[in-house]
Amino acid sequence: MERLVLIGNGMAGIGCLEQILKHDSRFDVTVFGDETHVNYNRIMLSSVLAGEKSAEQIVMNDLEWYRRHEITLRLGARVTAIDREAQTVTSDDGGLTPYDKLIIATGSSPFIPPMEGTQRDGVFVFRTLDDTRALLERSGPGKKAVVIGGGLLGLEAARGLRVQGCEVTVVHLMSSLMERQLDGTGSALLKSQMERMGVKVLLSHSTAGITGNGKVEGVAFKGGAEIPADLIVIAAGIRPNADLARAAGINVNRGIVVDDHMQTSDRNIYAVGECVEHRGMCYGLVAPLLEQGKALAAAISGNKGAGFAPVVPATKLKIMGVEVFSAGAWDEAACNGETVRFEDPALGLYKKLVVRDNRLAGFILVGDTSESPRYLDMLHSGRDLAETRKHLLFPPPAEDAGQELAQLPDSHTVCGCMGVSKGAILEAILKDGVCTLAQLKETTRASTGCGSCTDLCKGLLKAAVPEFEEESAKVLCGCVPFSQEQLREMLRGQQLRSVQDVLDIYGNGHGCEVCKPALSYMLDMLWCGDHDEDRSARFINDRVHANIQKDGTFSVVPRMRGGVTTPDELRRIADVADKYNVRMVKVTGSQRIDLLGVKKADLPRVWEDLGMPSGQAYTKGVRMVKTCVGTEFCRFGVQDSTSTGIELERRLENLFTPHKVKMGVVGCPRNCAEATVKDIGMVGQDGSWQVVVGGAAGKTVRKADVLVTVETTEEALNACCLFFQYYREHANYLERTYDLVERIGIERIRRDTIYAPDAVKRSLLDRLSRSKALSSDAWLERHNPRTATQFVQIQPMETVTI
Amino acid sequence: MKSNHRWIRLTHAGNIPLREGRAVNIDGHEIAVFNLGERFLAVENRCPHRGGPLSEGIVSGGAVVCPLHAWKVCLEDGSIAKPASERACVASYPTRVEDGVVWVEYPEMRASDPALAQLVAVSQINSTSLLEKAAAS
Repeated sequence: MERLVLIGNGMAGIGCLEQILKHDSRFDVTVFGDETHVNYNRIMLSSVLAGEKSAEQIVMNDLEWYRRHEITLRLGARVTAIDREAQTVTSDDGGLTPYDKLIIATGSSPFIPPMEGTQRDGVFVFRTLDDTRALLERSGPGKKAVVIGGGLLGLEAARGLRVQGCEVTVVHLMSSLMERQLDGTGSALLKSQMERMGVKVLLSHSTAGITGNGKVEGVAFKGGAEIPADLIVIAAGIRPNADLARAAGINVNRGIVVDDHMQTSDRNIYAVGECVEHRGMCYGLVAPLLEQGKALAAAISGNKGAGFAPVVPATKLKIMGVEVFSAGAWDEAACNGETVRFEDPALGLYKKLVVRDNRLAGFILVGDTSESPRYLDMLHSGRDLAETRKHLLFPPPAEDAGQELAQLPDSHTVCGCMGVSKGAILEAILKDGVCTLAQLKETTRASTGCGSCTDLCKGLLKAAVPEFEEESAKVLCGCVPFSQEQLREMLRGQQLRSVQDVLDIYGNGHGCEVCKPALSYMLDMLWCGDHDEDRSARFINDRVHANIQKDGTFSVVPRMRGGVTTPDELRRIADVADKYNVRMVKVTGSQRIDLLGVKKADLPRVWEDLGMPSGQAYTKGVRMVKTCVGTEFCRFGVQDSTSTGIELERRLENLFTPHKVKMGVVGCPRNCAEATVKDIGMVGQDGSWQVVVGGAAGKTVRKADVLVTVETTEEALNACCLFFQYYREHANYLERTYDLVERIGIERIRRDTIYAPDAVKRSLLDRLSRSKALSSDAWLERHNPRTATQFVQIQPMETVTI
Repeated sequence: MKSNHRWIRLTHAGNIPLREGRAVNIDGHEIAVFNLGERFLAVENRCPHRGGPLSEGIVSGGAVVCPLHAWKVCLEDGSIAKPASERACVASYPTRVEDGVVWVEYPEMRASDPALAQLVAVSQINSTSLLEKAAAS
């Protein structure tokens, strides 16, 4: 067996190795990685920084993968020298490893501009998982973060730090952001969007040095100005790691020089990734690097094909409401082309196409990048646009939605991150029998990068797999064959205010146990009680405000806000239990007390005697806020979790929700009341609150996502309310918060709630307070029953024997 | 087969809200009466699955869905519509409305002992259709 050594355990190196393994397995493979992690998705580091993904979630090849392929993995070992004569590499763990073939995939390093103070404590780069972890440890609400560099990486770092609650300033040397990808108009739009989410942008600022005494204190600019900083991220570009190759006498310019087959000047040594220079170009985006890996794999396995061909650079950026796509020669002046453009500043939309000799030379899309596949295809194919030019900006409406997809050539790249073509996806579907998105991800890696091609992948699945079912298209039920989203729109648009009207107009007139409660919820959410509530359409629990048990009796759980009660309440509970022969008194998992085995006819008197409001334990509504004792008693508490939890419960109680909503507030990160596995949680930290959403610890167990970190209790409660109302309005009936968060994505939810324009936030909160004002404690119905027989057992009037 | 049937005046029609059911206790045995708008229907108030109170269920057309595990019972003949393979059924009783009062025809029970009444009800599950045929003839 030939010995193959791979220096570098990153996406390009391992991506290439995956391709080699596909060709054959005659190699005995050793991989060196100077980081101590298995191969992870570096594109996703910004999601880790933003708290959307954990380190484990971005792993691409776990240890089991290395084991399965019998790869010797040397983690935390840096190769220090290559001896080309002896064909060995020396590593800093003291070893000498022989090779027959060597692949260098050492990637790149952050470029640190020469200036004062870059060694100070608090200066970071943003390149590896360890960098990300260090940044996470240092960041937090109110911390002043300065990002030096307004390129792709700098803006992603800024976004993550902003989500962690930092006050972020981006400092950029040039007069516009992302100047290599965007023209003046595009970057001005980007800048205003960044500012809207609270990131300050300083353009044309040249950093002179980093000030501070040991620890970072600020950034000084040429010209004398200075701004304060608690932490600084330098994202001023990358440099290929070519020193190792250079020292070994391999031909190196800016990067390691390779031919089309990724072979270096030494025929036993190949190179791939960001460390490489091919025909004078160094690449920094994933797709071309994976293409390089394919070319290398073919060559090293003896199947030399056409080799790697230079590709048109394309950049994609998607951060909280800002979608940007840039490709090719977009500067009409530099390439002597003509411009076709569309701009709508109010909508934040910008589209610029540069045409040269009737062919697309480059383009920029800001705000909406859904058309990037169409333009990329024109760009790559170099098609003559003479005939179709009038449709360049806005295509004529497609006769068949799938047609556009069908017309794409097989060579068209669907997943730009992983470099997966339409042909490869179709092959996986037709030859490997792939029929779900999950299988497609596993087999081809498509849509595992940034995820923006998910719709395209689904479209291909739908076209090629007859049984493919897209979840979002699900109808509520056979009685009203519309999706819940459509129904919400219809009820709102048609001003429908009763379940029976909906069933009569849009359904079969009957309804069932599935659609009736769902429609009831939608109407309540939309009209907040200003509608004809039809109790017959609700589940028995919501007709009598108690939870039906297997024997037909009911359970009664009074509200005990924040899990706090009084001796007086406990005495009344005990008296009720005695008086009504309650079969069991049970402390629940929600810090409340459940009285089990109450007869329906006794319910109104039980509520009266308890003198406590309904705990909504029987319905899809606001259950409870579980709390710890926080600063009031706990010696570790840093926030007043008890009063905050009670206040949160007061603000939301009595409202209905698509499914039950359980909440938790804890006074310190020890998390004693388990806030991180609640639908909505508040985690107290020293000087701030972390608001988390979408947690679960029932049928599903899921750690909640961080929505935002804020300084004051009021801001945190506000964030909870925004998410709560968003959930009420966007979730399907019986969809828990954790399903919603996974379906919509935490990033979009942030964009639509806490980072939404003020007007949007205000109207969400207005609708919430309107509902709240119209809601009331359901148990007050004891004074005013809906019908004479709501709780009363009917006795026959008389009997007549015939 | 001849059995003693009697028509019982149950309650004012207004006491049973539209598209809802109510339980009525006759001789210690519960029947569920439903208001379907154009008519009232009555069945035994006990789901053949786990004994759930059918009167508390959601009405779906001419059927009710048991609140415990969503078995669907046809109110006309007491047959089980869901799960489809289920052959069990509940007793159903003829009804009529006169002067705004709901009446039900119910077999006379000599025993006042509820346990015995229960036994009679169980035997009825299997013989309802026979009884009805007999009544018709």
